[in-house]
Formats: sequence, structure tokens, C-alpha cells
Amino acid sequence: MTTHTPDLSCVDLVKDFDSFRAVDHVSFEVPQGSFFSILGPSGCGKTTLLRMIAGFQSPTSGDLRIKGRSMIGVPPNKRPVSMVFQHLALFPTMNIGDNVGFGLRQRGVAKPEITRRVEDILARVGLPGVAQRRVDQLSGGQKQRVAIARCMVLEPDVLLLDEPLGALDLKLREHMKIELKALQAEFNTTFVYITHDQSEALVMSDNIAVMNHGRFEQVGPPQEVYHDPQTAFVAGFVGEANKIAATVAAVNGPNLTLRTEAGTELKATAPASGLQSGQRAQVFLRPEAIGLSMTPGDAGEDNVSQGTVTAVLFNGANSSVTVEDASGHALSVALPQTGGFADLRRGSTVYTRWHPDKARLYAAEG
Amino acid sequence: MVSDGSKLGFYLLLAPILLWLAVLIILPHIGLFVVSISERVGPREYEYGIGNYVTFFEEPLYWRTFARTAIMSIAATALTLILGFPIAYYIAKLTRGRTKTTLFLMCMIPFWVSELVRTFGWMILLRETGVISNALQYLGLVDGPVEMLYNDAAIMVGLVYTSILFMVVPLVTTLDSLDDSLIEAGYDLGGTGAAILREIVIPHAMPGIVSGCIVVFMLSLGNYLTPILLGGKDSLWFTGMIYTQFITRFNWELGSALGFLLLLLSSAVVFLGLKLSRQSLAETMGRA
Amino acid sequence: MIPTVPQPAFAKWCYRAYVLVFFVYLALPLTVVCVFAFNDSVFPSLPWEGFTWAWFFGTEDPFVGVFHERAILRSIGTSAFIAAWVAGLAVFTGTCNAFLFVRHSFRGKALLYILMLLPLIIPGVILGISILVFSSSIANTLEDATGLWFDGLRPGLILVILGQYSFITTFATLVIAARLQKFDPSLEEAALNLGATRLGAVRQITLPFLMPAIVASAVVAVLMSFENFNTTLMLVGSDSPLTITMFDKLKQGSTPVLNAVSLLLIVASAVLGLLSLMFQKRKD
Repeated sequence: MTTHTPDLSCVDLVKDFDSFRAVDHVSFEVPQGSFFSILGPSGCGKTTLLRMIAGFQSPTSGDLRIKGRSMIGVPPNKRPVSMVFQHLALFPTMNIGDNVGFGLRQRGVAKPEITRRVEDILARVGLPGVAQRRVDQLSGGQKQRVAIARCMVLEPDVLLLDEPLGALDLKLREHMKIELKALQAEFNTTFVYITHDQSEALVMSDNIAVMNHGRFEQVGPPQEVYHDPQTAFVAGFVGEANKIAATVAAVNGPNLTLRTEAGTELKATAPASGLQSGQRAQVFLRPEAIGLSMTPGDAGEDNVSQGTVTAVLFNGANSSVTVEDASGHALSVALPQTGGFADLRRGSTVYTRWHPDKARLYAAEG
Repeated sequence: MVSDGSKLGFYLLLAPILLWLAVLIILPHIGLFVVSISERVGPREYEYGIGNYVTFFEEPLYWRTFARTAIMSIAATALTLILGFPIAYYIAKLTRGRTKTTLFLMCMIPFWVSELVRTFGWMILLRETGVISNALQYLGLVDGPVEMLYNDAAIMVGLVYTSILFMVVPLVTTLDSLDDSLIEAGYDLGGTGAAILREIVIPHAMPGIVSGCIVVFMLSLGNYLTPILLGGKDSLWFTGMIYTQFITRFNWELGSALGFLLLLLSSAVVFLGLKLSRQSLAETMGRA
Repeated sequence: MIPTVPQPAFAKWCYRAYVLVFFVYLALPLTVVCVFAFNDSVFPSLPWEGFTWAWFFGTEDPFVGVFHERAILRSIGTSAFIAAWVAGLAVFTGTCNAFLFVRHSFRGKALLYILMLLPLIIPGVILGISILVFSSSIANTLEDATGLWFDGLRPGLILVILGQYSFITTFATLVIAARLQKFDPSLEEAALNLGATRLGAVRQITLPFLMPAIVASAVVAVLMSFENFNTTLMLVGSDSPLTITMFDKLKQGSTPVLNAVSLLLIVASAVLGLLSLMFQKRKD
């Protein structure tokens, strides 16, 4: 059997609030056992989408299927999905064991069976023996795991996660990313995760949907979304990027020549940009795609320019420098920590260069 | 938190509260107790003894009224909770913004008005020549005027009306602090409405329920106006008996004993309520 | 249960109907009181005899309006006098208590806090009689010892004021302490850091911050004082405040003049209450 029914599929889903369209014709499928992230800025409609899947909003039109069964008109307590809420929503009036056992109690599972399954699931998330504790006796990371255990004990078809890492401090967040991914692999359950933090999405997901203004801009694996963004929004939202406004001066097959407003000439390779000569375009360049050297290098190389360092932003492995060229245009350039640039200072003269096929080109908006 | 330099300031702050509590609360109640165990043996001559309490237990009218007052107050409290909870829930969870403020204010306004005025309103409604009686006659449901005042049901209506705000306000406050996502989580995990009410909403609202019940019980137990005006002369409310002993009979010793018993009853119920719900007085009543 | 969870329409409508019935129940007594203030009849009951202002402005017997009824006017004055004293004393003590409980930690604080809350759970009648018994026994002792009269300790205005003050202070304390709790002490430290004295910092920074709570508790104190009945009943002397006067009149058989007074009370209470709420909202 190769034709698996996807765990979750949305077909042309629309949600209108009064005069505002929060979700705009969204269709996607999530295969069984995968980690699917919906990434977008706040207000892009991702929360509405998630709440429609959970059953707390009903779609204006379109269909929503879980394991092939339409969920339209099915109340939240009858859906085979569970949700980890943004602030976890652990019941403060119950201890951990009662929290995790809540769903089983609703199903009328026998008491000893509940106790056994609660202990079992708590052990699987790495918290054996906490059943008698109160919610406020746990740390932030432990609460996360309890919230996941509370859902997973019900063996849902799909687990929804509503930015659950948002409230944690940075260190713990980094740790929980890895842990969440490991838990997902361990349970082999379909996770649908929404976040505005691109690094969370990139690290954990099998597939990412980038959402903006109620639409999916791109759906694909993290590498694809990062390296081959389909739209200017994706290029700008996922990862760091230098954004250069330019006008197409010449098109020669896949090779384009562009000119910035300051007159600098840029060369870029973009086989399918569809740009015409004279059209205004946006050029996106990752900081790590730009090379740095103290010498001009070979003549005739493309996209080499001389500039002055205006700021050195040391941040360990993520260090960067800002280089301003003669026309005053600034570029952020990743600073390799492998030596050679250790004595780079503000005011140093450097050369930047980038290969034409590293650039991403999009027609300018408006 | 504050340096030693403010020792003087501390004592200046301590003085008013000590004065207030000692002179107006503690000493008067000790005095009340002392008078309640005094027996008059001659003109301006007293002896200590429990005679007044013995009188209370020997005279069926006293202890029956006492029990009746307690039972009716408990009933009024339960009724107020049952009637008030849905309203509080509606205001706290099902309305937002302007509607919420308006409904809340509409609940508050009647209670800024004197209890006397409210009770007067019920008299106009319920009496033989009153509005409801006339309305029933007009509708042809009854033949002649109906007297709805001067019975226990009228007392109940008045007691519930007088105290319902003190149930609704603490309930709205606690229910407001119940995060919607907890209810959603309950549904998400497969709970039905009843299960969520029982396992999530009510446990969360417990402090509000307890403080509301305590206040309502207290107000009913200590009410004088409503039973007298709506229940009539024979309403048999314990506060009425205390008043009679003090003002009409001028038997302060017995009156003090009756007052002290009422105080004991109300303290006992408050204590029991707090113990049963595992709340403390400070956290229950300390929310303004 | 909440808007985001779908519910059957029938259940929703039943719920709304109940809420509507409840608010009718709330409004009904006050509405009839107000309406019958304008009935051109000597009884505040049906039948409706036509509209009149007589119960407000009338001068001829039996239609003597509120504004010409000496007993009622005098008792309003008495009530206002009592309310002003009670509010002033209660707010002062309440503010001191708030500072004491929020800013200081000392031995016996928890016990003192419980004692502070006690007036909330003592029935008003008991508060009244205990103060009556206590002050009378002091008066008796003093009079026996000195041969002088101590009328201030006998039922009368002073005892009424003290009796109301004894429990209204608790409310004032709770309201003011709740606001002081929200105050960020670093603001006061900043003022000290900028050269203010400790008292100056409290006066210029903390008290203005507390003002909404102080005003609100004063208004609440006035409202509670005006409408108090149980405690007052036990302590009242020859000058009766409004509620006592109305109660006496009500027992004798009421005329619509009581409706007129009630209408005025309702309007005044509503306006005062709303004003205090608005003041609190605006400052929050």
C-alpha cells in the first residue's frame, strides 16, 4: 500500500471574521508521523488555522479531514486531535497525575488503568513519579513535557502545538526544540506546530509552511524553504538576508545584470525569475553567501566591491560585520570565526564578493 | 523592606488599627460576653452564671427561632448560589468589553441603594393591593386579591434579592481569572460540558463560591429588615428577638446571650465553610 | 460554555432567557418604587390615579412632598453628617492599615490581618449591641465614679458613627491595600534617590497613586453609611438617620413620599457609585 491517507488534510479552507479574512484558501496535507510547522508573523492567521483544526473555530468554507474523515461540525471534544496550548493550560486545581489522566477519565477508563497509563506516559516523557506533585512545583520545561504527556496519553491522530516554547527563556527553548523533536520521533505521532520563530521551525520540522496574510507562501522541507525561497516574503522572513533594490539592466538567458540606485552593477543567475529588462527587482543575499577578504582578488570577478567596516557584531558562531560600500549601501556579512579576521576593526577596508547564483531575485512589489 | 529608621512610622501606623480593633471590636465583644453571663439578682446587683443560656435552651420559642433562622439562612445561601452562578458565569465568560461592563453595573446598581428601599419595592409588589396581585387578577388567573407578603417565601425572595450581588461579584472575579484556554483544553481532551463544569470551572471558582456563601449566609443570618417587613410581625427571626430583648424588654443580659449565640453560630458556619473548602479567611475575604 | 466551543442554539437561547429574567427580577422592585413616586394617590399601590409631582414638591396635606417634609429633610442631614465622619475616619484608618500590611512585616501580622477582617463576618446587629453594651457599661462606671453625665456614650450620633466606622474601615482597608499592592516601590526609591524625603516621597508619589482607591473607598463608605440599618438600629438615639426614619414611617403605613425619597436615593447612589467607578477606571 503506497496510497496512505494523510493524517490531516485541509482543502481550500477559508475563515472570515466580519470583514477580515484570517485564512484565505489554504490547502495542505500532513502525512502520518511527520512534524509539520506553520511559520508566520503574528496576525498571519496561523493561530486561527490551528484553532479550526482543534475545533474552536469553524471554517467559513472548505473542508478539514483527519485520517480522511471530515471534521466539519464535529465539536472539539469529539475530534481525534489534542492541543498543547500556548500557555500550556495545565489545570492548576489538579495535581500532575489528575491533569494527565483528565482525558482518560472523560473516556471512562477504569481507575487502575488510568493510574498505570499516566505513570507510563510520564515515564516516557522523562518525568517518572511526579504524578502527586502540584503544577506549580514543576519547572517550565517539565510543564511542557506534562502538557505533551496529557495529550499523548490519549493517543491522538494529530498533536497540535500553539507556540508552546514562547514563554521559555532562551537556553531552555534551545533545549526544548531538540527534546520536542525527539519526543515526536519517539511517539511517531503527527505534530502540527505553529510558531513565529523561524529557528524553531527550521530545527524541528519535516515540512514548513510559511504563512502570510492568511495564505501559504511556500510549503517544503526546511532546507528548501531556506535555500530556495519562492517569494520575497519567504526570503525575508526565513533567515537573515540583505535586501538590495535594483533595476534589471540586461537579461541574457539565466544571467541577469542589475543596477542599484547608487549605480553599482550586480550580476545574478536566476533561471526562472521571469524578470524583464527595465523591471525593478529585489535582490536577497544571505550574509553567509558573501565572502570577505582583505585583498581585491582577481580582476574580472563578479560582484566584488570595496567597503569599510562600520560595525563588528561579535556573537560567537553567528558573528557578523556590517560593510558599507562607497555609495553608502550597507551589507551584513557573516564573519567566520576560523581566524584571519580576528583583528577586523571598525574602519578597516575590506572586499566583499558573492557568486551570482547565490542571489535570489524577485520582482519588486507595487 | 523598610529600614529601622522608620520604627516611629511603624508605630504611628500601628496605633489606629490597634485602637480601632481594641475599642470597637475586641473589648465590646468581651463586654457582650460578660453581660451575657450576668444574672440580675436585685436592682443594680448582678451575679455571674449561665442562667441566660439556660433560658435560651429551656424556652422552645428561642431555640426554635434560632434553628429556623439558621436553616432558612442556609437555604437562602444555597438558592443564591444556584441562581447567581449562571449569571456570574454569563458575565465573566460569555460577554466581553462593553456588554460585560454594562451587565456588571446593572448587577451593582440595585445594591448601592439602601436595603430599605429594595425591601419597600418588594412590599409594593407582593402585598394584597400590590402590583403582582393586580396583574394576576387582570390576567384572570385569580379571582380576588392575593396576599403574597408575610410568609416564608416572601422572606426568601427578599433575602436572595438582598444578597445576590455578594454572590455574583466574587464569582465574576474568580471566573474572570479562569483562562479560557483551560476550558478549551478540557474540551480538547474530550470533556463534556458537565465534566468541565465539575472538574475545572467549579474547583477554580471555589474561593469565590466560599466567600460568596459566607457573606450571603452572614447577611441572611444577621438580617433584620427583610424578615420584619416581608415576613410580618410573626416572622420569627433571631435578630428580631435580640432587638426585642434589648429595646422593648430592656433585658440586656438575655439579649447579650442571644447575640452571643448568633455570633457563635455565624463563626461556626464560616469556620466550617473554610475548613470544608480548604480555604483561609485571609485569601477568601481579603479580595476586595 | 465559552463562545469558541459550539453549543446547541436551543441551550444558548434558554441561557439568555434566564439571564433576561434575572435582570428583570433585579430591576423590578426598584422600578415600581420609582414609578409609584408619581402616583396621584395617598397609597403607593394600584390603581394608578394619574401622574403627579406632589410627592416631591407638594405642600398641602396629605400631599406633603419630600422637599417640605421636615422629618425627612432633617434625617437626610443627619445621615450626611454621619456619612462624612464615617468616610473620613474609615479612609484615614484604611490608608494607615494599607501601609502597615503592605509595607511592613512584623510579628503577629497574620493574626492582625485576620482580626482586621473579622468585622466582615460579624453580623451587623451583633456589632451594634456589643458596642451598645460596652459603651453603656463604661458610661455607668464613669457616672457612678464621677457623678457626671456621659451622654456621648449613650445611644446617639457618636455611637452610630463609631458603630458604622467599626466595619466600614475593613472595606476601606481592603480597597486601598489592593491598590498599594500594585504600586511599584521603585518609584518611591527613585524619588528618594532624587533627593526627596521619605515623607515627601510618600506624599508626592505614593498618595497620588493611591488617590483613586482613596476616593473610591470614601464613596463606598458614604454609600454604606447611608444605607446601613442593622448596626445603626441598635445605636440610634434621638437624631435618626434617613433609613431609620423611613423604617419608622414604613411601619406606620407608607405614603408615596417614601417612594419619592427612595427615588432620590436610587438616583444619588447610582450617580455616586458610577462616578467612583469611572474615577477608578480612568486612573487605572
